[in-house]
Amino acid sequence: MAQVEQVEQAEQVEDDVATFSIVQRTPRQIAWMRFKRNKVGVVSACVAGFFFLAAYLAPVITRILGLSNTLTYSTTLNNFAMPIGASGGMSLTHPLGVEPGAGRDLLSLLLYGSRISFSVAVITSVASIGLGMLIGITTGYFRGKVDAIVGRFSDFLLSFPSTFMIIALALPLTQRVEALKIAKGNGARIVVLVVFFVFFGWPGFARLIRSQAFSMRERDFVMAAQALGASSWRIITRELLPNLWPTAIVFLSISLPGYLAAEAVFSFLGVGVQAPASTFGLVLSDAVTYWRDDPAYLIIPSVYLIIIVLSLNLLGDAIRDALDPKAVKA
Amino acid sequence: MLKYLIRRLAATALVITLVSMSVFVIFAYLPMDPARLTCGKACTPSIIEANRHRLGLDVPVQVQYGRFVKGLVAGRHYGEGVASFDCPAPAFGYSFNKHACVSTLIADAFPVTFSLAIGSFILWLLIGVSLGVVAAKRQGKWQDKASTAFVLVGISLPTFISGILILLLALKFNLIDPIEMGRWVSPFTDPIGWARNFIFPWITLALAFAATYTRFTRSNVLETSSEDYIRTARAKGLSEKVILRKHTLRAALAPIITIAGLDFAGLLGGAIITENIFNLPGLGRLSIRAVLVDYDLPVILTTTLLAAVFVVVMNLVVDILYAYIDPRVRVA
Repeated sequence: MAQVEQVEQAEQVEDDVATFSIVQRTPRQIAWMRFKRNKVGVVSACVAGFFFLAAYLAPVITRILGLSNTLTYSTTLNNFAMPIGASGGMSLTHPLGVEPGAGRDLLSLLLYGSRISFSVAVITSVASIGLGMLIGITTGYFRGKVDAIVGRFSDFLLSFPSTFMIIALALPLTQRVEALKIAKGNGARIVVLVVFFVFFGWPGFARLIRSQAFSMRERDFVMAAQALGASSWRIITRELLPNLWPTAIVFLSISLPGYLAAEAVFSFLGVGVQAPASTFGLVLSDAVTYWRDDPAYLIIPSVYLIIIVLSLNLLGDAIRDALDPKAVKA
Repeated sequence: MLKYLIRRLAATALVITLVSMSVFVIFAYLPMDPARLTCGKACTPSIIEANRHRLGLDVPVQVQYGRFVKGLVAGRHYGEGVASFDCPAPAFGYSFNKHACVSTLIADAFPVTFSLAIGSFILWLLIGVSLGVVAAKRQGKWQDKASTAFVLVGISLPTFISGILILLLALKFNLIDPIEMGRWVSPFTDPIGWARNFIFPWITLALAFAATYTRFTRSNVLETSSEDYIRTARAKGLSEKVILRKHTLRAALAPIITIAGLDFAGLLGGAIITENIFNLPGLGRLSIRAVLVDYDLPVILTTTLLAAVFVVVMNLVVDILYAYIDPRVRVA
């Protein structure tokens, strides 16, 4: 990719020689150009963006369609509380069918559910990347004792069985959060989940940033800034940060689908968000009990979740290719 | 090498001690009273206090930790007189709800988890490494594209969805007997029954891991293939087969050992989702049940501790293996 870029730029330069104008491009423009050329990346960005918007506009969309995620549409169910009609009761009024048992509209359930999943994923990713960035830069730039202590602590955190800790502590900590009146019910469960994800999530990113800051502080442009008498604050914010953004964006795009699926897993296991909310994990664990009579109720949410995760993964790959063409996919 | 070994061993022992202490302290300060959890509806304060004393929960947390460590080595005796009972070493505690020593529960669950882990480990290494090598050798051809598609699906398919789908398909085509499902069969008495019990859980777990290993192997093989010594090997007339086996793979697979070791260790603590879906009575299901059904603290504490110990110990094993393969590591 980089070579193609150079060749193209060289051609461009030759073309421009006649008019004596050389087009300058910032790294950001180059990355954007590369990204635009990646068809898979653009399509997956559109798909991911669509589901993201749909999740955040869930109240608007359901109102336009005249649906609700709490109402039970009992007329759509037969005497055995199973949806009437093919494919889980799909119809014009209920595009994805209805839930067996209670009879809520499946599309509204999934829209509101993905809203929770996206919120958890976005907040967690941004928070753990922010924290990792702060700690990574500080330890990588200042080194010394702080670096040694923080480094040991993050090693220590990485050896903790995070999944087990989350499962074991989610229940008592949710009660604690409720007792402290920070949030109630599912709000408290989401707070606990996000705090846990961030707590165990930052060390990985901090390590990455630390090693980059470590080598960057020896580079000439940092030395030049030091020679000019720039303060540490200025060097970190003006010299180091702009160079570390690509790493952060790539990491963000990788961790988003991961946290999205993680939220689903914990609610599936029964330690995350709970009914009457309707996250992917909850809908799917409910769907397992109906799979013989209503397979559509299992398949539709699965496909919905898989499309979101897949498009986010493809988007992440495209972003990485655009920002760092030398990186090998690992 | 010996110096390195001793240093790493000491560090590992320290980490295990610290992790176990912090887990112990975290659980001791939970807003839940384990003594209160030991008795059901007909509970009086005096019973709770008696149970608290019997379980040794009426002493400061550092004393509790000391007794816990002592119990690991020497076994443990609970209560006095007629109502007393023993847990032989290694005593992790006593589950009041299940009326059993935690070590017994662990001993029952561990073979299940181990069987699950070892089978899927072999499966995903076979699939991941071979697909990765093929994809790298046929870079850009259909084999490469097919493996890329496999990687994408494998990475984007959460284990709990692939697990459910595999389970339901197997049930639909009568490949699993729903009554027999999750019954533990020893591989020593009935190897075929054992494998039949585990084949679908193995596939479920292996699917997720094989995808990342394919990707990793592919990029590693590609990277090594462009090294100078590979060109030298080719220039001196070695066959492609020999180059791949003796030169490329040896270098490309070394980093995979590290990841594989840690992934395996992570599974030894219990594959919670897979065990849950396939109803396998392993460590993962033991702990999730302990959390959801009756918040059985001694069991939760032990499974969490074990999961940490597996990871830390495997870290050590992997480091030693690596130092053995790559002498440069020892100095650093």
